[in-house]
Amino acid sequence: MTTAPLSQSEAKSQPILSLRGISKNFGAVQALTDIELDVSPGEVVALVGDNGAGKSTLIKVLSGVHAPTSGTIHFENKQVDMQSPSDALDLGIATVFQDLALCENLDVVSNIFLGQERNPWHLDEVSMEVRSWELLNELAARIPSVREPIASLSGGQRQTVAIARSLLLNPKIIMLDEPTAALGVAQTAEVLNLVERVRDKGLGVIMISHNMEDVRAVADRVIVLRLGRNNGVFSPDSSNEELVGAITGATDNAVTRRASKRAAAMQIQG
Amino acid sequence: MHNETNMNSPAPQSGLLDRSDTRVKHANNLGDVIRAFFDRVKSGDLGSSPVIVGLIVIWSVFTFLNPLFVTPNNLVNLLFDCSTVGVISLGVVCVLMLGEIDLSVGSMSGVGSALIGVLWVNQGMPLPLANLAALSVGAVIGSVYALLRTQLGMPSFVSTLAGLLALLGLQLYMLGSTGSINLPYGSSMVDFGQLLMMPAWFSHAIALLPGAAILLMGLRTRAHRSAANLSAGSVSGLVLKAVATTIAFEAAIFYLNIGRGVPWMFGLFALLVVGMNYVFTRTKWGRSVKAVGGNAEAARRAGINVTYTYLTSFALCSLLASLGGILSSARLASASQQAGTGDVNLNAIAAAVIGGTSLFGGRGSAWSALLGIIVIQSISNGLTLLNMSSSLRYMITGCVLAIAVIVDSLARQSRVSHGRA
Repeated sequence: MTTAPLSQSEAKSQPILSLRGISKNFGAVQALTDIELDVSPGEVVALVGDNGAGKSTLIKVLSGVHAPTSGTIHFENKQVDMQSPSDALDLGIATVFQDLALCENLDVVSNIFLGQERNPWHLDEVSMEVRSWELLNELAARIPSVREPIASLSGGQRQTVAIARSLLLNPKIIMLDEPTAALGVAQTAEVLNLVERVRDKGLGVIMISHNMEDVRAVADRVIVLRLGRNNGVFSPDSSNEELVGAITGATDNAVTRRASKRAAAMQIQG
Repeated sequence: MHNETNMNSPAPQSGLLDRSDTRVKHANNLGDVIRAFFDRVKSGDLGSSPVIVGLIVIWSVFTFLNPLFVTPNNLVNLLFDCSTVGVISLGVVCVLMLGEIDLSVGSMSGVGSALIGVLWVNQGMPLPLANLAALSVGAVIGSVYALLRTQLGMPSFVSTLAGLLALLGLQLYMLGSTGSINLPYGSSMVDFGQLLMMPAWFSHAIALLPGAAILLMGLRTRAHRSAANLSAGSVSGLVLKAVATTIAFEAAIFYLNIGRGVPWMFGLFALLVVGMNYVFTRTKWGRSVKAVGGNAEAARRAGINVTYTYLTSFALCSLLASLGGILSSARLASASQQAGTGDVNLNAIAAAVIGGTSLFGGRGSAWSALLGIIVIQSISNGLTLLNMSSSLRYMITGCVLAIAVIVDSLARQSRVSHGRA
């Protein structure tokens, strides 16, 4: 397979997170095989791949939701063993899941502070509400009221709440699983700004996206997964054909065929 | 690109932090507050309103049929009866909030009362120790249900159904061939269950507390919120609420004091309800219970220890069931084979549901145990006064439970269609 030369950022500093030989089986299904991944502080790594490539599974392994079947995870040069999501949160790995993982019966403040409530024996609602507004305003969120249950919010608003929640604990790495999928133009721009801001603060970011435009806009490296395996590391300047080829596993694929058909049609018209 | 001034401006500098979105209607005066309340009810967020309406209807009907119903001494009796099953119902609220159920609370209360009889009366153990033992057994049994649920994935419906039978067997085994142990009259235990009343001055002083708490805590929250640049409710609304609450409580206490007064046992129940309400609304544990009931996987990913939440909720439920059994043995001055059987189980669960705790999990409050049990005991008490047989009583209680669950389901559908579920 083609492997583009690694960007300089990798050599620049010690990776904060590195995975070696990570595999994950669900019964007979081999969802991940021998995954290698490094993330440095201040680096945005985009994880791309077709449906079923294992992106979300990898995110779940890194967030402690699933334990890997084999392989090692090093975080800040120490081998770590994440048995539960709280282990990952304690290490400083925050995640925005694809399904957002919000409690629809609770209000926005409760969701943002879920599991991290201030003052456990006498919840400090006022300071939690103030902090929630700060986080939401940072994301230019359009949330009518933080005291309404999540059920009353739209998909985009929910996504903003989930992203705001991941920022709460000042994590060292943020993983975003399709963070812009349900967002409007302005909110998408804010999320991309946020990714850049977070990166400039020296945090590592792992971002899954199907939107190549978003990926190119912020990623320092693009890692392609295919059928649960590493399928190449690309610079964001790589051509669309290269990326699509790696994602689909063939230079002749549905995307290129469609493109050439369109080109042919244009020629006939022109 | 997009319109920077419109999209990217967070809260305007002058405005309050939570009032920057102009699309939301905010209640600013008393009329708005009342209107917002009716809007909420219309969208299916009923809270306790159906049960209060139901209670007014039930009391009016029974008073019309037999004026004895509202005499102070009958109401005092009603409060005694509410306390025992009410405590059990409070435990049921804990597991219903998780979206689980405990069908064995009746048998558990029977075991609790049998333990008091065996340990205190037969074995001569000191009373506090016997109480402690009965409560601990409850906590252990609840933990077993939780472990079966979390470690083996056994639905609580099944494990507690098995527990219902097993605990009933344990109760019969402990009571032995005589089948009943009498608790000594004149003991502090039986006095507490049958006679002990608060002094009139004390009950009136207690009745001042809710209003005072509403006012003081409301004012403090208001000050905190204003200091943090958040909107704060109106003082007049707060004062009105406090005054209305105080008048209602003082009137009720005055009326009860015309009769025998306010039972200490009901005081204990009310204290537990207030305590659990605090725990559910103002502590991290209460928040986790609601979160797990709403979306267990999301709660787990947020770092909540779901197993621990299950363990504590089920343990608390069985512990409170055992306490309810202890109280009912004090009320009846005996630990018998009948304790905890019959309608105790379903009354406790029905009370929680009638009071507004959802069977679907994640929604409910400690008050629902209090309000629900008053409804159930009012029906039972009123029908007894009318000399109705227990067959009719069961049928009517069953219908009320069915209506309560229908209201819960309809409210849920309405919440979904109004985007609030």
